[in-house]
Amino acid sequence: MNRDDEGTPASWEVFLRARRGLAHQHVGSVRAVGPDAALAVARDLYTRRGDPLSLWVVRSDAVHAASPDERDPYFAGARHKPYRYPEHFPPLTEKGPEGDHDQ
Amino acid sequence: MTAPTAVADGTGRAPGATEDELLAHFDALIAEGETIEPRDWMPDGYRRMLTRQIAQHAHSEIIGMQPEGAWLTRAPSLHRKSVLIAKVQDEAGHGLYLYSAAETLGVDRADLLDALHHGRQRASATFNHPALTWADTGAIAWLTDGAAVINQAPLCRTSYGPYARAMRRVCQEEAFHVRQGYDLMRALCEGTPEQKAMAQDAVDRWWLPAVALMFGPPDTEAGGSDARTAALGAAVSRRAMAWGIKRHTNDELRQRFVDTCVPQAERLGLTLPDPAIRWNEERGHYDFTPIDWDTYRTALGEDTHWARRRIDHRRAAHEDGAWVREAAAAYAAREEAAGSPAGAGTGVPRQAQEERA
Amino acid sequence: MTTTSETPVDVPGVPSAGADLATYLLRLGDDALVLGQRLCAWITRAPLIEEDLALSNIALDLVGHARTLLTLAGRLDGTGRTEDDLAFTRREREFTNALLTELPNGDFAVTVARQLVHTHYAALLYEALAGCPDPELAAFGARAAKEVAFHRLHADRWVRQLGLGTPESAHRMQQGLERVWPYTAELFDEDDVVRRLAAAGTVPSPAPLRPEWERRVTEVVTGAGLTVPTPSWQARGGRSGLHTEEFTDLVGELQSVHRQFPGGTW
Repeated sequence: MNRDDEGTPASWEVFLRARRGLAHQHVGSVRAVGPDAALAVARDLYTRRGDPLSLWVVRSDAVHAASPDERDPYFAGARHKPYRYPEHFPPLTEKGPEGDHDQ
Repeated sequence: MTAPTAVADGTGRAPGATEDELLAHFDALIAEGETIEPRDWMPDGYRRMLTRQIAQHAHSEIIGMQPEGAWLTRAPSLHRKSVLIAKVQDEAGHGLYLYSAAETLGVDRADLLDALHHGRQRASATFNHPALTWADTGAIAWLTDGAAVINQAPLCRTSYGPYARAMRRVCQEEAFHVRQGYDLMRALCEGTPEQKAMAQDAVDRWWLPAVALMFGPPDTEAGGSDARTAALGAAVSRRAMAWGIKRHTNDELRQRFVDTCVPQAERLGLTLPDPAIRWNEERGHYDFTPIDWDTYRTALGEDTHWARRRIDHRRAAHEDGAWVREAAAAYAAREEAAGSPAGAGTGVPRQAQEERA
Repeated sequence: MTTTSETPVDVPGVPSAGADLATYLLRLGDDALVLGQRLCAWITRAPLIEEDLALSNIALDLVGHARTLLTLAGRLDGTGRTEDDLAFTRREREFTNALLTELPNGDFAVTVARQLVHTHYAALLYEALAGCPDPELAAFGARAAKEVAFHRLHADRWVRQLGLGTPESAHRMQQGLERVWPYTAELFDEDDVVRRLAAAGTVPSPAPLRPEWERRVTEVVTGAGLTVPTPSWQARGGRSGLHTEEFTDLVGELQSVHRQFPGGTW
C-alpha cells in the first residue's frame, strides 16, 4: 500500500458557539475531505459534551490573517490609545469601578 | 505527501533579527510565563523535544484504546458498556487533539502514524500490558488514567500554546475517566468474593505499570536505585523545565500519585502490591519501593509479545483501511475538480500556516 | 418460539395490549442492542481515527436506545425484568432483532451498507413513534429520531464517498449493498402483534414506511453511481428468534462476563 495514494485530507478550522450570547470561538482544526465530512468530524470531536448551539468549519487556507509579526500596521494602534480603556478615566462614583453600575 | 512536512528554514524568523536576539526574545517570553505560539521563533531543541513528547502522548492515547477497547463487546451491564464506549471514544478524540497540536510544529499526522507503525516512535509502554479481565478496565482507568491526570494537570500550563490548549481540553474531559474507573472497582469490591478477587488481581498487575511507566524514568536521587539513570533523567527534566514544557520532576509527580492512591485503595479494601508502602511522618508522604527502572525497561522492551501485538493491531487497522482513505481522497479530488468546496489538496492547519508564512 | 404465544396474556389466546407493546419494543430494543454490539467491534479497527470516533458515537446512541426500549419492554411484559436482565440473561432464541442488525461487520463497505439500510429505517420509524399517544414513547421517538438523523448523514456520506471514490471502493460498496439487501424486507414485516397495535393507534407499523424508505435509499445509492440491488431472495426469522449461526457468538461474547459472575453487581 502506498501512502501517497491517500493524499492528506484538507485542514479545516473549527468554530463553536457554546451558548447563546457568545460569539463563535476557534476551538481547533480537523482534517476532512469535504465540508460535510469536516462538520461531522468537528461535531464528533468538539461537541461530545454540552449542547453547543452552532458549529462552523472554514477551510484553513481560506482564512486571511494578519500575523503578530506584522504588528506595525495592524496592531500598533491599540497600545497607544489608552483612552479606549475605562481605566484611563476616573470612576463615576467614589465607590470605584463597581459604582458605575449603580442605578 | 503533498503537504509541507517541515518549516522551510527551521524557524519562523523575522527578517533582520540575529539568532541571539531571537533566542533572547524566546527566553524572555518563557521567563514571563507567556506561551510560545506556532509562528514564534523557537530553538530547534525545543521544537524537537515538543514534537517528540506530543507525538508520544498522541500515540499513547491511540494505542491506549486497545486494552479497554477489547472489553467493549463484553461489558457486563449496559450502563458500563455506555461508559466504556464514551471513554474509549474520548481517547480517540484526545489522540486527534494532540496530533493536531503536533502538526502546528511542522510535522504531518500521516508521518507520525507511520513512525508509530514502523517502530520509529512509541506509545507509553504502560499499554503493552494485556487487559486480561473485565476488572482490568477499571484498574486501567483508576490507576493509569489517575496517573495521567496527575501528569497532565501541569501540562495545561505548558509553554507551547497549542499543546497547552489541547491539554486543557483533555484534562476537562478526563476527570470522568478516573472517577468511573474507581466506581467500577468499588462495584466489584462490594460484589461477590469472585468479583473482588478479580479486582485485586487486576490491581496486582496494573499498579507497577502505572507507578513506573506513566511517569517515566527516575530523575532525582529519591527516585531510584540506579544513579546513572537518575542523572540522565534529571538532565532531560532540567531542560524540559527550563523551557517550561514540564513543571515538575517525574519523581515528584510519582510521589503525588502514590499519595493519592494509597487512601483510595484502602477505602476500596484493595491491597496495592508493594509491601514497602507506609506513611512516612517525617516526609509527609508515603514511602514505596523505588522503581528498578533498568530491569523494568528491559522486561518491557519493544520486542515483547504485547508491544508487538499492540502495534500489529494498529497497523492492521491502518492497512485494512487504506482503500477507504484512498477512496475519500479520490472523492475529494473529484469534487474539487467539479468546483465544490471539497477538501483535497495541501491545506494545513491555520496555525501551522502562520508558522510557515 | 413465536413471540406472541409466550407473552403473558389477559384473556386466554389473546395477548394484552401491554404484552403486544412489550413485544414491539423488545424488537426495536434488540435491533439497537445488536447493531450497537456489532459497531463496538469496529472501535480501534476503523480505517481512520475519525471513524473510530464516529462509529463509537453511533454505537453509544444505539446502546442508549436499547436501554430505554428494553427497560420499557421489561416493565410492560409483566416480568419486571431490567434492561440488563433482558440483555444478559436471555438465550439466543429469545432475541427478536431483525437479521440485518446481526450481520457480521465484513469490510467497511458492508458496515456502511448495513448502516444505510438501518438508519433510514430507524429514522422513519422513530419519527413516526414521536407522534404516538404515549408521552414517554413519543419523547423517546423524538430524541432517537434526532440522533438517528445524524447517523443517516454519516451513512449517506460514506456511500457517496465510496461509490464515487476509486474503482475498488465502488466495487466494494456495491458488493456491500448486495450483501445486506436480502435482509431489508424483514424490517418492514407486519405480523399480528404489529397489526393489532397499529390498528389501535398505539404505535406505528413499519410496513407503510417502506415506500419512503425505498425512495430515500434509492436517491443515496443512485447518487453515488451505484445500483439498488434486486435480490432474488429475502431472509426472515429474526423477529421470531431464528437467527444466523454467527449470532450465537455475538450473544456469547455479549454475555460472557455477566454470566461468569452469577449474582454479581456491576
